[in-house]
Amino acid sequence: MSAASSIECCSVGVAFGRNDFAVSDLTLHVGGGEIISLIGPSGCGKTTLLRAIAGLQPMTVGRVEMNPPADTSRGQIGFVFQQPSLLPWATALENVQLPLDIIGRGQPQERRRAALDALRSVKLADAGEKRPHELSGGMQMRTSIARALVTDPSVLLLDEPFAALDDMLRGELGELLLSLWDQRRFTAVMVTHNIAESILLSRRIAVMRGGILESVLENPIPWPRDQSQMRTAEFAAFFGVVSDHLRGAVDNPGRTPDGV
Amino acid sequence: MNPLATEPTTRHGQWAAVLLVAAVSVGLWQLLAWGMDLPRALLPRPNQVWEAAIENRLALTKAFYSTGVAATAGLVWAIVIGSLVSVVFSLSRKIRFAFFPYVIFLQTVPIVAIAPLLIIWSGYELRTVIIVTVIVCLFPIINNVTAGLTAIDRQWADLFTLYGAGRGTRLSRLQIPAAVPYLVLGAKTSAGLAVIGAIVAEFFVGNGTDYDGLGTLMTKWQGFVRTDALMAAVFASTLLGVLLFGAVHLIGLTLLRRWMPADHARANP
Repeated sequence: MSAASSIECCSVGVAFGRNDFAVSDLTLHVGGGEIISLIGPSGCGKTTLLRAIAGLQPMTVGRVEMNPPADTSRGQIGFVFQQPSLLPWATALENVQLPLDIIGRGQPQERRRAALDALRSVKLADAGEKRPHELSGGMQMRTSIARALVTDPSVLLLDEPFAALDDMLRGELGELLLSLWDQRRFTAVMVTHNIAESILLSRRIAVMRGGILESVLENPIPWPRDQSQMRTAEFAAFFGVVSDHLRGAVDNPGRTPDGV
Repeated sequence: MNPLATEPTTRHGQWAAVLLVAAVSVGLWQLLAWGMDLPRALLPRPNQVWEAAIENRLALTKAFYSTGVAATAGLVWAIVIGSLVSVVFSLSRKIRFAFFPYVIFLQTVPIVAIAPLLIIWSGYELRTVIIVTVIVCLFPIINNVTAGLTAIDRQWADLFTLYGAGRGTRLSRLQIPAAVPYLVLGAKTSAGLAVIGAIVAEFFVGNGTDYDGLGTLMTKWQGFVRTDALMAAVFASTLLGVLLFGAVHLIGLTLLRRWMPADHARANP
Protein backbone atom coordinates (compact mmCIF):
# COMPACT_ATOMS: atom_id res chain seq x y z
CA MET A 1 0.00 0.00 0.00
CA SER A 2 1.15 3.53 -0.71
CA ALA A 3 0.97 6.11 2.06
CA ALA A 4 -2.54 6.34 3.51
CA SER A 5 -4.41 9.24 1.95
CA SER A 6 -5.65 12.14 3.99
CA ILE A 7 -9.23 13.21 3.31
CA GLU A 8 -10.31 16.82 2.95
CA CYS A 9 -14.03 17.54 2.90
CA CYS A 10 -14.41 21.17 1.74
CA SER A 11 -17.84 22.76 2.35
CA VAL A 12 -19.60 19.57 1.32
CA GLY A 13 -23.33 19.85 0.79
CA VAL A 14 -25.67 17.12 -0.39
CA ALA A 15 -29.27 17.99 -1.16
CA PHE A 16 -32.03 15.54 -2.00
CA GLY A 17 -34.49 17.72 -3.82
CA ARG A 18 -34.51 21.48 -3.73
CA ASN A 19 -32.89 22.94 -0.61
CA ASP A 20 -33.43 19.72 1.31
CA PHE A 21 -29.88 19.36 2.54
CA ALA A 22 -28.97 16.06 4.18
CA VAL A 23 -25.46 17.41 4.68
CA SER A 24 -24.71 21.11 4.56
CA ASP A 25 -21.51 23.11 4.42
CA LEU A 26 -19.43 20.43 6.06
CA THR A 27 -15.69 20.88 6.30
CA LEU A 28 -13.60 18.14 7.85
CA HIS A 29 -9.96 17.08 7.66
CA VAL A 30 -9.01 13.44 8.25
CA GLY A 31 -5.29 12.82 8.56
CA GLY A 32 -3.54 10.03 6.65
CA GLY A 33 -3.68 6.82 8.69
CA GLU A 34 -6.19 8.24 11.15
CA ILE A 35 -9.36 6.49 12.34
CA ILE A 36 -12.20 8.93 12.80
CA SER A 37 -15.78 8.18 13.82
CA LEU A 38 -18.82 10.00 12.48
CA ILE A 39 -21.43 9.80 15.19
CA GLY A 40 -24.91 11.21 15.37
CA PRO A 41 -28.59 10.33 15.63
CA SER A 42 -30.17 8.53 12.69
CA GLY A 43 -31.04 10.85 9.85
CA CYS A 44 -28.23 13.27 10.73
CA GLY A 45 -26.51 12.80 7.37
CA LYS A 46 -23.53 10.73 8.48
CA THR A 47 -24.13 7.91 6.01
CA THR A 48 -24.75 10.44 3.24
CA LEU A 49 -21.42 12.09 4.00
CA LEU A 50 -19.67 8.72 3.96
CA ARG A 51 -21.22 7.87 0.59
CA ALA A 52 -20.16 11.26 -0.72
CA ILE A 53 -16.58 10.57 0.38
CA ALA A 54 -16.74 7.19 -1.40
CA GLY A 55 -18.01 8.86 -4.56
CA LEU A 56 -21.28 6.92 -4.35
CA GLN A 57 -23.32 10.04 -3.64
CA PRO A 58 -23.01 13.09 -5.90
CA MET A 59 -22.40 16.29 -3.97
CA THR A 60 -24.56 19.34 -4.56
CA VAL A 61 -21.80 21.71 -3.48
CA GLY A 62 -18.26 21.40 -2.21
CA ARG A 63 -15.66 18.75 -2.89
CA VAL A 64 -13.76 15.91 -1.32
CA GLU A 65 -10.03 15.72 -1.92
CA MET A 66 -7.68 12.92 -1.04
CA ASN A 67 -3.97 13.28 -0.81
CA PRO A 68 -2.40 11.30 -2.38
CA PRO A 69 -5.50 10.85 -4.56
CA ALA A 70 -7.29 7.52 -4.03
CA ASP A 71 -8.58 6.00 -7.23
CA THR A 72 -11.70 3.91 -6.60
CA SER A 73 -11.43 2.07 -9.92
CA ARG A 74 -8.06 0.78 -8.73
CA GLY A 75 -9.54 -0.33 -5.43
CA GLN A 76 -7.89 2.34 -3.31
CA ILE A 77 -11.08 2.95 -1.35
CA GLY A 78 -12.68 0.11 0.56
CA PHE A 79 -16.25 0.26 1.84
CA VAL A 80 -17.87 -1.87 4.54
CA PHE A 81 -21.65 -1.66 4.33
CA GLN A 82 -24.22 -1.85 7.11
CA GLN A 83 -25.14 -5.38 6.08
CA PRO A 84 -22.50 -7.87 4.99
CA SER A 85 -24.02 -7.61 1.47
CA LEU A 86 -22.38 -10.80 0.26
CA LEU A 87 -23.54 -12.20 -3.06
CA PRO A 88 -25.50 -15.32 -2.02
CA TRP A 89 -24.63 -17.34 -5.13
CA ALA A 90 -20.87 -16.97 -4.62
CA THR A 91 -18.60 -18.62 -2.03
CA ALA A 92 -16.93 -16.53 0.68
CA LEU A 93 -13.70 -16.67 -1.32
CA GLU A 94 -15.41 -15.57 -4.55
CA ASN A 95 -17.08 -12.74 -2.66
CA VAL A 96 -13.76 -11.54 -1.28
CA GLN A 97 -12.13 -11.86 -4.70
CA LEU A 98 -14.90 -9.88 -6.42
CA PRO A 99 -13.31 -6.39 -6.11
CA LEU A 100 -10.10 -7.70 -7.68
CA ASP A 101 -12.12 -9.25 -10.52
CA ILE A 102 -13.97 -6.00 -11.13
CA ILE A 103 -10.89 -3.79 -11.19
CA GLY A 104 -9.09 -6.49 -13.17
CA ARG A 105 -5.95 -6.57 -11.09
CA GLY A 106 -3.45 -9.39 -11.70
CA GLN A 107 -3.89 -12.96 -12.91
CA PRO A 108 -6.72 -15.16 -11.60
CA GLN A 109 -4.30 -17.14 -9.42
CA GLU A 110 -2.89 -13.97 -7.88
CA ARG A 111 -6.42 -12.72 -7.16
CA ARG A 112 -7.27 -16.01 -5.52
CA ARG A 113 -4.15 -15.86 -3.40
CA ALA A 114 -4.89 -12.26 -2.38
CA ALA A 115 -8.47 -13.22 -1.48
CA LEU A 116 -7.21 -16.14 0.62
CA ASP A 117 -4.78 -13.81 2.39
CA ALA A 118 -7.58 -11.37 3.11
CA LEU A 119 -9.77 -14.18 4.49
CA ARG A 120 -6.86 -15.34 6.64
CA SER A 121 -6.39 -11.81 7.99
CA VAL A 122 -9.97 -11.87 9.31
CA LYS A 123 -9.41 -15.39 10.71
CA LEU A 124 -11.63 -17.13 8.17
CA ALA A 125 -8.96 -19.12 6.35
CA ASP A 126 -11.09 -22.30 6.43
CA ALA A 127 -14.39 -20.74 5.35
CA GLY A 128 -13.42 -19.88 1.76
CA GLU A 129 -15.60 -22.51 0.11
CA LYS A 130 -18.66 -21.81 2.23
CA ARG A 131 -21.62 -19.87 0.88
CA PRO A 132 -22.86 -16.82 2.79
CA HIS A 133 -25.91 -18.62 4.20
CA GLU A 134 -23.60 -21.19 5.77
CA LEU A 135 -21.76 -18.48 7.71
CA SER A 136 -22.87 -16.92 10.99
CA GLY A 137 -23.64 -13.19 11.14
CA GLY A 138 -20.22 -12.42 12.59
CA MET A 139 -18.45 -14.52 9.97
CA GLN A 140 -20.42 -12.80 7.20
CA MET A 141 -19.33 -9.42 8.51
CA ARG A 142 -15.70 -10.55 8.69
CA THR A 143 -15.96 -11.76 5.09
CA SER A 144 -17.34 -8.36 4.19
CA ILE A 145 -14.36 -6.68 5.90
CA ALA A 146 -11.98 -9.01 4.04
CA ARG A 147 -13.66 -8.01 0.77
CA ALA A 148 -13.16 -4.32 1.57
CA LEU A 149 -9.49 -4.91 2.40
CA VAL A 150 -8.58 -7.31 -0.42
CA THR A 151 -7.50 -4.48 -2.72
CA ASP A 152 -5.27 -3.13 0.07
CA PRO A 153 -7.03 0.26 0.08
CA SER A 154 -5.46 3.39 1.49
CA VAL A 155 -8.89 4.57 2.69
CA LEU A 156 -11.45 2.36 4.44
CA LEU A 157 -14.99 3.64 4.87
CA LEU A 158 -17.32 1.81 7.27
CA ASP A 159 -21.06 2.42 7.48
CA GLU A 160 -22.28 1.17 10.89
CA PRO A 161 -20.58 -2.13 10.19
CA PHE A 162 -21.36 -3.76 13.52
CA ALA A 163 -24.83 -2.34 14.12
CA ALA A 164 -26.58 -5.64 13.42
CA LEU A 165 -24.34 -7.71 15.71
CA ASP A 166 -24.66 -8.53 19.40
CA ASP A 167 -22.37 -6.88 21.97
CA MET A 168 -19.92 -9.80 22.19
CA LEU A 169 -19.37 -9.91 18.45
CA ARG A 170 -19.27 -6.14 18.29
CA GLY A 171 -16.35 -6.04 20.73
CA GLU A 172 -14.58 -8.90 18.99
CA LEU A 173 -14.89 -7.34 15.55
CA GLY A 174 -13.87 -3.95 16.91
CA GLU A 175 -10.63 -5.45 18.15
CA LEU A 176 -10.16 -7.24 14.83
CA LEU A 177 -10.54 -3.92 13.05
CA LEU A 178 -7.96 -2.34 15.37
CA SER A 179 -5.45 -5.11 14.69
CA LEU A 180 -6.01 -4.85 10.93
CA TRP A 181 -5.48 -1.10 11.15
CA ASP A 182 -2.34 -1.70 13.18
CA GLN A 183 -0.92 -3.88 10.40
CA ARG A 184 -2.01 -1.77 7.45
CA ARG A 185 -2.43 1.80 8.73
CA PHE A 186 -5.17 2.80 6.32
CA THR A 187 -7.18 5.96 6.85
CA ALA A 188 -10.58 4.99 8.22
CA VAL A 189 -13.87 6.83 8.51
CA MET A 190 -16.46 4.90 10.49
CA VAL A 191 -20.09 5.84 10.82
CA THR A 192 -21.69 4.65 14.03
CA HIS A 193 -24.35 5.57 16.53
CA ASN A 194 -22.65 3.61 19.28
CA ILE A 195 -20.67 5.94 21.55
CA ALA A 196 -18.53 3.23 23.20
CA GLU A 197 -17.58 1.81 19.82
CA SER A 198 -16.59 5.22 18.51
CA ILE A 199 -14.40 5.86 21.58
CA LEU A 200 -12.76 2.44 21.47
CA LEU A 201 -11.92 2.57 17.77
CA SER A 202 -11.12 6.12 16.78
CA ARG A 203 -8.62 8.87 17.40
CA ARG A 204 -11.18 11.62 16.92
CA ILE A 205 -14.96 11.70 16.99
CA ALA A 206 -16.95 13.94 14.66
CA VAL A 207 -20.40 14.65 16.05
CA MET A 208 -23.08 15.40 13.47
CA ARG A 209 -26.59 16.68 14.02
CA GLY A 210 -29.13 17.68 11.41
CA GLY A 211 -26.68 17.54 8.51
CA ILE A 212 -24.20 19.80 10.30
CA LEU A 213 -20.85 18.98 11.82
CA GLU A 214 -21.46 19.87 15.45
CA SER A 215 -18.00 19.32 16.85
CA VAL A 216 -14.86 17.23 16.46
CA LEU A 217 -13.63 15.73 19.73
CA GLU A 218 -10.07 14.58 20.45
CA ASN A 219 -10.19 11.15 22.05
CA PRO A 220 -7.94 11.08 25.16
CA ILE A 221 -7.91 7.28 25.55
CA PRO A 222 -4.32 6.13 25.04
CA TRP A 223 -3.17 3.69 22.35
CA PRO A 224 -2.92 0.77 21.88
CA ARG A 225 -6.59 0.17 22.47
CA ASP A 226 -8.43 -2.86 23.71
CA GLN A 227 -11.76 -3.61 25.31
CA SER A 228 -10.37 -3.55 28.88
CA GLN A 229 -10.06 0.24 28.57
CA MET A 230 -13.83 0.47 28.43
CA ARG A 231 -13.87 -0.09 32.20
CA THR A 232 -11.59 2.87 33.05
CA ALA A 233 -12.78 6.10 34.62
CA GLU A 234 -11.21 8.03 31.75
CA PHE A 235 -13.37 6.11 29.26
CA ALA A 236 -16.50 6.78 31.30
CA ALA A 237 -15.70 10.47 31.57
CA PHE A 238 -15.15 10.83 27.83
CA PHE A 239 -18.30 8.82 27.18
CA GLY A 240 -20.15 11.55 29.09
CA VAL A 241 -18.55 14.28 27.00
CA VAL A 242 -19.49 12.61 23.69
CA SER A 243 -22.96 11.94 24.97
CA ASP A 244 -23.44 15.61 25.91
CA HIS A 245 -22.31 16.74 22.46
CA LEU A 246 -24.60 14.21 20.85
CA ARG A 247 -27.59 15.56 22.74
CA GLY A 248 -26.64 19.11 21.85
CA ALA A 249 -26.27 19.94 25.52
CA VAL A 250 -23.01 21.76 24.90
CA ASP A 251 -23.23 25.43 23.99
CA ASN A 252 -22.30 25.87 20.40
CA PRO A 253 -22.81 29.42 19.24
CA GLY A 254 -24.06 29.86 15.70
CA ARG A 255 -25.67 26.42 15.57
CA THR A 256 -29.33 25.83 16.24
CA PRO A 257 -30.09 22.48 17.79
CA ASP A 258 -32.61 20.76 15.61
CA GLY A 259 -34.00 18.69 18.45
CA VAL A 260 -33.73 15.30 16.74
CA MET B 1 -50.40 -21.74 18.18
CA ASN B 2 -51.37 -22.72 14.69
CA PRO B 3 -53.03 -26.15 14.93
CA LEU B 4 -51.71 -27.02 11.48
CA ALA B 5 -48.17 -26.66 12.74
CA THR B 6 -48.54 -29.72 14.95
CA GLU B 7 -49.56 -32.00 12.07
CA PRO B 8 -46.90 -34.29 10.68
CA THR B 9 -45.47 -32.91 7.47
CA THR B 10 -43.10 -35.66 6.42
CA ARG B 11 -42.73 -36.18 2.69
CA HIS B 12 -44.22 -39.65 2.90
CA GLY B 13 -47.18 -38.27 4.77
CA GLN B 14 -47.63 -35.61 2.11
CA TRP B 15 -47.70 -38.11 -0.73
CA ALA B 16 -50.01 -40.41 1.16
CA ALA B 17 -52.43 -37.50 1.57
CA VAL B 18 -52.26 -36.70 -2.16
CA LEU B 19 -53.00 -40.33 -3.08
CA LEU B 20 -55.82 -40.50 -0.56
CA VAL B 21 -57.53 -37.47 -2.12
CA ALA B 22 -57.21 -39.10 -5.57
CA ALA B 23 -58.58 -42.44 -4.33
CA VAL B 24 -61.56 -40.81 -2.60
CA SER B 25 -62.33 -38.69 -5.69
CA VAL B 26 -62.22 -41.67 -8.05
CA GLY B 27 -64.32 -43.70 -5.62
CA LEU B 28 -66.98 -40.97 -5.42
CA TRP B 29 -67.01 -40.66 -9.17
CA GLN B 30 -67.43 -44.41 -9.62
CA LEU B 31 -70.27 -44.45 -7.07
CA LEU B 32 -71.98 -41.45 -8.68
CA ALA B 33 -71.83 -42.83 -12.24
CA TRP B 34 -72.88 -46.28 -11.08
CA GLY B 35 -75.55 -45.19 -8.61
CA MET B 36 -77.23 -42.73 -11.00
CA ASP B 37 -76.74 -45.13 -13.86
CA LEU B 38 -75.60 -42.38 -16.23
CA PRO B 39 -75.01 -43.33 -19.87
CA ARG B 40 -71.39 -43.88 -20.87
CA ALA B 41 -71.53 -40.98 -23.35
CA LEU B 42 -72.47 -38.54 -20.58
CA LEU B 43 -70.35 -39.68 -17.66
CA PRO B 44 -68.28 -42.81 -18.14
CA ARG B 45 -67.11 -44.65 -15.05
CA PRO B 46 -63.42 -44.55 -14.09
CA ASN B 47 -62.92 -48.14 -15.24
CA GLN B 48 -64.46 -47.29 -18.63
CA VAL B 49 -62.10 -44.35 -18.99
CA TRP B 50 -59.23 -46.65 -18.12
CA GLU B 51 -60.42 -49.19 -20.73
CA ALA B 52 -60.66 -46.43 -23.36
CA ALA B 53 -57.15 -45.34 -22.45
CA ILE B 54 -55.83 -48.88 -22.91
CA GLU B 55 -57.74 -49.28 -26.16
CA ASN B 56 -56.28 -46.04 -27.55
CA ARG B 57 -52.89 -46.33 -25.91
CA LEU B 58 -50.94 -45.99 -29.15
CA ALA B 59 -52.75 -42.85 -30.28
CA LEU B 60 -52.61 -41.41 -26.76
CA THR B 61 -48.90 -42.12 -26.36
CA LYS B 62 -48.09 -40.58 -29.72
CA ALA B 63 -50.23 -37.52 -28.94
CA PHE B 64 -48.76 -37.23 -25.46
CA TYR B 65 -45.31 -37.21 -27.00
CA SER B 66 -46.21 -34.64 -29.71
CA THR B 67 -47.88 -32.26 -27.29
CA GLY B 68 -45.04 -32.80 -24.82
CA VAL B 69 -42.47 -31.90 -27.46
CA ALA B 70 -44.46 -28.82 -28.51
CA ALA B 71 -45.02 -27.63 -24.93
CA THR B 72 -41.41 -28.20 -23.92
CA ALA B 73 -40.02 -26.57 -27.06
CA GLY B 74 -42.37 -23.62 -26.61
CA LEU B 75 -41.36 -23.24 -22.97
CA VAL B 76 -37.65 -23.43 -23.76
CA TRP B 77 -37.97 -20.88 -26.57
CA ALA B 78 -40.00 -18.62 -24.28
CA ILE B 79 -37.25 -18.85 -21.63
CA VAL B 80 -34.55 -18.01 -24.19
CA ILE B 81 -36.45 -15.20 -25.93
CA GLY B 82 -37.93 -13.87 -22.69
CA SER B 83 -34.54 -13.73 -20.98
CA LEU B 84 -32.94 -11.92 -23.92
CA VAL B 85 -35.80 -9.43 -24.06
CA SER B 86 -35.44 -8.88 -20.31
CA VAL B 87 -31.73 -8.17 -20.64
CA VAL B 88 -32.54 -5.53 -23.27
CA PHE B 89 -35.25 -4.14 -20.97
CA SER B 90 -32.80 -3.96 -18.09
CA LEU B 91 -30.49 -1.69 -20.07
CA SER B 92 -32.68 1.38 -19.79
CA ARG B 93 -35.82 2.63 -18.19
CA LYS B 94 -36.78 4.31 -21.49
CA ILE B 95 -36.71 1.00 -23.35
CA ARG B 96 -38.85 -0.55 -20.63
CA PHE B 97 -41.41 2.23 -20.78
CA ALA B 98 -41.55 2.10 -24.58
CA PHE B 99 -41.98 -1.65 -24.93
CA PHE B 100 -43.59 -2.93 -21.76
CA PRO B 101 -47.16 -2.09 -22.85
CA TYR B 102 -46.66 -4.42 -25.82
CA VAL B 103 -45.47 -7.15 -23.50
CA ILE B 104 -48.65 -6.73 -21.49
CA PHE B 105 -50.46 -7.09 -24.82
CA LEU B 106 -48.97 -10.60 -24.99
CA GLN B 107 -50.61 -11.35 -21.68
CA THR B 108 -53.99 -9.83 -22.46
CA VAL B 109 -54.54 -10.89 -26.06
CA PRO B 110 -56.92 -13.88 -26.08
CA ILE B 111 -54.78 -16.67 -27.48
CA VAL B 112 -57.88 -18.32 -28.99
CA ALA B 113 -58.39 -15.16 -31.02
CA ILE B 114 -54.98 -15.08 -32.62
CA ALA B 115 -54.43 -18.82 -33.00
CA PRO B 116 -56.40 -18.91 -36.30
CA LEU B 117 -54.25 -16.06 -37.63
CA LEU B 118 -51.07 -17.90 -36.71
CA ILE B 119 -52.37 -21.00 -38.47
CA ILE B 120 -52.89 -18.98 -41.65
CA TRP B 121 -49.39 -17.58 -41.40
CA SER B 122 -47.51 -20.62 -40.19
CA GLY B 123 -49.54 -23.64 -41.31
CA TYR B 124 -51.21 -26.67 -39.78
CA GLU B 125 -48.11 -28.05 -38.12
CA LEU B 126 -45.91 -28.40 -35.06
CA ARG B 127 -44.25 -25.04 -35.67
CA THR B 128 -47.56 -23.21 -35.16
CA VAL B 129 -48.26 -25.07 -31.94
CA ILE B 130 -44.82 -24.08 -30.66
CA ILE B 131 -45.33 -20.43 -31.63
CA VAL B 132 -48.66 -20.28 -29.78
CA THR B 133 -47.01 -21.89 -26.74
CA VAL B 134 -44.17 -19.36 -26.83
CA ILE B 135 -46.66 -16.48 -26.88
CA VAL B 136 -48.54 -17.91 -23.91
CA CYS B 137 -45.34 -18.58 -21.93
CA LEU B 138 -43.48 -15.39 -22.69
CA PHE B 139 -45.11 -12.92 -20.31
CA PRO B 140 -44.33 -14.59 -16.97
CA ILE B 141 -40.71 -14.99 -18.07
CA ILE B 142 -40.25 -11.39 -19.20
CA ASN B 143 -42.11 -9.99 -16.22
CA ASN B 144 -40.13 -11.97 -13.65
CA VAL B 145 -36.69 -11.82 -15.22
CA THR B 146 -36.94 -8.07 -15.87
CA ALA B 147 -37.86 -7.60 -12.21
CA GLY B 148 -34.91 -9.75 -11.17
CA LEU B 149 -32.46 -7.87 -13.37
CA THR B 150 -33.58 -4.44 -12.23
CA ALA B 151 -34.50 -4.87 -8.55
CA ILE B 152 -30.90 -5.02 -7.37
CA ASP B 153 -30.05 -4.56 -3.69
CA ARG B 154 -28.69 -1.05 -3.26
CA GLN B 155 -25.58 -2.12 -1.37
CA TRP B 156 -24.68 -4.63 -4.09
CA ALA B 157 -25.12 -1.92 -6.69
CA ASP B 158 -22.96 0.42 -4.59
CA LEU B 159 -20.26 -2.23 -4.36
CA PHE B 160 -20.04 -2.50 -8.14
CA THR B 161 -20.15 1.29 -8.54
CA LEU B 162 -17.38 1.71 -5.97
CA TYR B 163 -14.95 -0.36 -8.01
CA GLY B 164 -16.02 1.25 -11.29
CA ALA B 165 -17.65 -1.85 -12.78
CA GLY B 166 -18.72 -1.51 -16.41
CA ARG B 167 -22.13 -2.47 -17.71
CA GLY B 168 -20.95 -5.90 -18.89
CA THR B 169 -19.42 -6.82 -15.53
CA ARG B 170 -22.47 -5.56 -13.70
CA LEU B 171 -24.73 -7.65 -15.92
CA SER B 172 -22.72 -10.86 -15.81
CA ARG B 173 -21.55 -10.79 -12.19
CA LEU B 174 -24.52 -9.12 -10.50
CA GLN B 175 -27.76 -8.74 -12.44
CA ILE B 176 -27.93 -12.11 -14.22
CA PRO B 177 -27.07 -14.19 -11.13
CA ALA B 178 -29.53 -12.11 -9.09
CA ALA B 179 -32.25 -12.78 -11.68
CA VAL B 180 -31.91 -16.58 -11.71
CA PRO B 181 -34.38 -17.19 -8.84
CA TYR B 182 -36.86 -14.93 -10.65
CA LEU B 183 -36.34 -16.89 -13.87
CA VAL B 184 -37.10 -20.13 -12.04
CA LEU B 185 -40.29 -18.60 -10.65
CA GLY B 186 -41.35 -17.38 -14.10
CA ALA B 187 -40.52 -20.71 -15.71
CA LYS B 188 -42.67 -22.55 -13.18
CA THR B 189 -45.65 -20.31 -13.96
CA SER B 190 -45.04 -20.77 -17.68
CA ALA B 191 -44.67 -24.55 -17.38
CA GLY B 192 -48.33 -24.82 -16.42
CA LEU B 193 -49.33 -22.46 -19.23
CA ALA B 194 -47.23 -24.27 -21.84
CA VAL B 195 -49.47 -27.35 -21.97
CA ILE B 196 -52.58 -25.16 -22.10
CA GLY B 197 -51.07 -23.14 -24.97
CA ALA B 198 -50.08 -26.23 -26.91
CA ILE B 199 -53.50 -27.87 -26.57
CA VAL B 200 -55.37 -24.70 -27.53
CA ALA B 201 -53.18 -24.44 -30.64
CA GLU B 202 -53.86 -28.08 -31.43
CA PHE B 203 -57.63 -27.46 -31.34
CA PHE B 204 -57.12 -25.05 -34.22
CA VAL B 205 -54.66 -27.22 -36.09
CA GLY B 206 -57.48 -29.74 -35.91
CA ASN B 207 -57.94 -33.27 -36.95
CA GLY B 208 -56.99 -34.78 -40.29
CA THR B 209 -53.56 -33.20 -40.64
CA ASP B 210 -50.16 -34.82 -40.24
CA TYR B 211 -49.95 -33.36 -36.76
CA ASP B 212 -51.36 -35.46 -33.91
CA GLY B 213 -51.44 -33.99 -30.43
CA LEU B 214 -53.66 -34.35 -27.41
CA GLY B 215 -55.65 -31.32 -28.58
CA THR B 216 -56.32 -32.83 -32.02
CA LEU B 217 -57.29 -36.15 -30.42
CA MET B 218 -59.73 -34.32 -28.16
CA THR B 219 -61.43 -32.61 -31.12
CA LYS B 220 -61.67 -35.95 -32.88
CA TRP B 221 -63.15 -37.83 -29.91
CA GLN B 222 -65.49 -34.96 -29.13
CA GLY B 223 -66.84 -35.37 -32.67
CA PHE B 224 -67.38 -39.11 -32.12
CA VAL B 225 -68.90 -38.52 -28.66
CA ARG B 226 -66.20 -40.82 -27.25
CA THR B 227 -66.53 -39.26 -23.80
CA ASP B 228 -64.51 -42.04 -22.18
CA ALA B 229 -61.55 -41.56 -24.57
CA LEU B 230 -61.93 -37.79 -24.34
CA MET B 231 -61.61 -37.99 -20.57
CA ALA B 232 -58.57 -40.20 -20.94
CA ALA B 233 -57.03 -37.48 -23.11
CA VAL B 234 -57.92 -34.87 -20.49
CA PHE B 235 -56.11 -36.90 -17.85
CA ALA B 236 -53.16 -37.36 -20.17
CA SER B 237 -52.88 -33.59 -20.69
CA THR B 238 -53.13 -32.99 -16.94
CA LEU B 239 -50.39 -35.55 -16.41
CA LEU B 240 -48.28 -33.78 -19.03
CA GLY B 241 -48.75 -30.45 -17.27
CA VAL B 242 -47.78 -31.95 -13.92
CA LEU B 243 -44.72 -33.64 -15.44
CA LEU B 244 -43.54 -30.46 -17.14
CA PHE B 245 -44.07 -28.42 -13.98
CA GLY B 246 -42.30 -31.09 -11.92
CA ALA B 247 -39.34 -31.13 -14.29
CA VAL B 248 -39.00 -27.34 -14.17
CA HIS B 249 -39.39 -27.43 -10.39
CA LEU B 250 -36.61 -30.02 -10.02
CA ILE B 251 -34.27 -28.17 -12.38
CA GLY B 252 -35.05 -24.99 -10.43
CA LEU B 253 -34.27 -26.67 -7.10
CA THR B 254 -30.92 -27.89 -8.39
CA LEU B 255 -30.08 -24.46 -9.78
CA LEU B 256 -31.18 -22.57 -6.70
CA ARG B 257 -29.18 -24.76 -4.37
CA ARG B 258 -26.33 -22.38 -5.20
CA TRP B 259 -28.45 -19.37 -4.45
CA MET B 260 -30.02 -20.12 -1.13
CA PRO B 261 -30.36 -22.74 1.58
CA ALA B 262 -32.10 -25.87 0.28
CA ASP B 263 -35.16 -25.43 2.51
CA HIS B 264 -35.66 -21.90 1.16
CA ALA B 265 -35.38 -23.17 -2.40
CA ARG B 266 -38.03 -25.78 -1.69
CA ALA B 267 -40.33 -23.24 -0.09
CA ASN B 268 -39.96 -20.95 -3.08
CA PRO B 269 -43.33 -21.51 -4.78
